[in-house]
Amino acid sequence: MSTLEINDLHVSVETEDGPKEILKGVTLTIKDGETHAIMGPNGSGKSTLAYSIAGHPKYTVTGGTVTLDGDDVLAMSVDERARAGLFLAMQYPVEVPGVSVSNFLRTAKTAIDGEAPKLRTWVKDVNATLEKLDLDSSFGTRSVNEGFSGGEKKRHEIAQLELLDPKVAILDETDSGLDIDALKVVSDGVNRFIEDKNKGVLLITHYTRILRYITPDFVHVFVNGKVAESGGPDLADELEANGYDKYVSAAV
Amino acid sequence: MSSALEVDKVISHLHPEGSFDLADHPVPTGREEVWRFTPLKRLRGLHDEAPFGAGACAVEVSAAQDVVVEQVGADAVERGLSGLVPTDRVSARAWAAADGATVVRIPQDTVVDGATILAHTGTGAELAGASHTVIVAEKFSKSTVVLTFAGTAVLADNIEIVLEDGAELTVVSLQDWADDAVHHSTQHARVGRDASLKHVAVSFGGDLVRHDATADYAGPGGSVEMLGMYFADEGQHIEHRLFVDHTAPHTKSNVVYKGALQGQGAHAVWIGNVLIRKVAEGIETYEENRNLVLTDGCQADSVPNLEIETGEIEGAGHASAIGRFDDNQLFYLRSRGIAEDEARRLVVHGFFNDLIRRIDVPELEEKLAATVESELEKNVLKAFK
Ligand SMILES: Nc1ncnc2c1ncn2[C@@H]1O[C@H](COP(=O)(O)OP(=O)(O)OP(=O)(O)O)[C@@H](O)[C@H]1O
Ligand SMILES: [Mg+2]
Repeated sequence: MSTLEINDLHVSVETEDGPKEILKGVTLTIKDGETHAIMGPNGSGKSTLAYSIAGHPKYTVTGGTVTLDGDDVLAMSVDERARAGLFLAMQYPVEVPGVSVSNFLRTAKTAIDGEAPKLRTWVKDVNATLEKLDLDSSFGTRSVNEGFSGGEKKRHEIAQLELLDPKVAILDETDSGLDIDALKVVSDGVNRFIEDKNKGVLLITHYTRILRYITPDFVHVFVNGKVAESGGPDLADELEANGYDKYVSAAV
Repeated sequence: MSSALEVDKVISHLHPEGSFDLADHPVPTGREEVWRFTPLKRLRGLHDEAPFGAGACAVEVSAAQDVVVEQVGADAVERGLSGLVPTDRVSARAWAAADGATVVRIPQDTVVDGATILAHTGTGAELAGASHTVIVAEKFSKSTVVLTFAGTAVLADNIEIVLEDGAELTVVSLQDWADDAVHHSTQHARVGRDASLKHVAVSFGGDLVRHDATADYAGPGGSVEMLGMYFADEGQHIEHRLFVDHTAPHTKSNVVYKGALQGQGAHAVWIGNVLIRKVAEGIETYEENRNLVLTDGCQADSVPNLEIETGEIEGAGHASAIGRFDDNQLFYLRSRGIAEDEARRLVVHGFFNDLIRRIDVPELEEKLAATVESELEKNVLKAFK
């Protein structure tokens, strides 16, 4: 049982002309077993929401609360949030030269679990997960995200999702830049996570395409730093047909 | 019997005229181009008149099979074999003061297993030491020579490296000094036809470490790889000055130095000079220096210089960077549950990893990784506990 609750969240970033408010009161509750899709135009603040929940230092929370099973997420450091059960698959995964994927995965798993994984089963798990995501086992020896193609980076994010096994996953445009085969591979990974573990998912996307493979329980339209409308899966179909225009003009 | 290289004279500040005569090397004031980064006050008079005495360092030799290590007198023919002519006062003084030389000879056609190690341990003696080492890799030999420096000493040395035709040689100079040591080292390599040298400098300890590593080529086809790694802590001055003189056609050089700095007053200097002479057609050169600044209060100076006198080259390039911890890297690692100090440790290890892999001296690998770890323990991580 885990619930991520976001209440009236306000976030700003530092700019040359002083702080600029990006999130203008976001309220959203993700209960376990629920998949929420957030859709919105470029620049509406979707990544800001994702990064703020994960605790990126660039973003300043100026109001509101975020709790995971009642615990104050905003009071936690970045790594504490991850250890509490949050996971962010990033829109632009970061390269870490000289740190091998296998070292990275083992270090992360050890940190999350509070103890080193059993070597035998761990190596097997890693290889099986990489294989399911169509990543060659040679990925283990490569530097984290360095020289990975766009699609490889995204599949690597989902491999981490499966191996680290958080309570709630935020997926920031994991579908963008993927061809149709990679999209299926990634969606299968997310569905495995949702189905056999009854987890919460916040799926941020720009396109409805991925929603053919991952069925959301709720769809939220995100415009100008807040949720403009919420509905069921059919809201995605409406967005597909009519776009964001209606919401964008309403927000201005 | 120093074999003078037949090359045209060049007018280049990269190529100062050398001399054995002390009178040609006035006491530097600190305003000279080659001295402007060095805190002369902390050189303990090496650049001036500090007297030299015996016994500043004890040297323990462990020679690999077939490698001959011997002590020769000051007049021995090996001295000067690399063509080294002192270009600064400290080197000239050390040359004059050394009462002999240690000669390491790798016999012709011999492929040597394991490394020959010359372990220098400073005895904390009051007087400064002057020493001279000559490494001769005879034709088509293949071997590794490691010089290590530890303990407390004030040392000025000249190290000559001679690669005869087709020789393959790795020379490592590992400065793992105690915090109060001062070391001025002049290392010159002459690389024979089709020979290849890997020169590795690793500097961790010492109050002031200044190294001049230079190389030129006695014939075409030679190749030089210069790798360096340093960790400047609080109050430490670590200076690496490199000069590759492409004196022959179809030669190669590749220089990669990486350093980390931490603590108040940590100062790292890297000067990377490359001269491509008119005769040096078809050469390839690349040099790179990267500094990772871990805390406030450090200074890194990084100056690459490339002087090209012929247009007929295969490739030439350089890169130099001084960077802080990348917040995004730390965020990424921490967002996977990895605590901040561990994330920093991973990033720093990662920064040095490819270099340690390239150094590829099995006898050293563990030591290098362990030293990075203990350097990290000192400062970077302490600040975040
Ligand atoms: N440092 C900054 N200075 C000024 N504006 C910024 C800064 N960082 C972000 N923004 C603005 O914040 C807004 C929200 O950006 P965010 O990346 O959250 O959008 P997004 O919805 O994820 O867009 P996309 O669909 O392109 O990924 C954008 O208008 C962006 O330009
Ligand atoms: Mg975004």
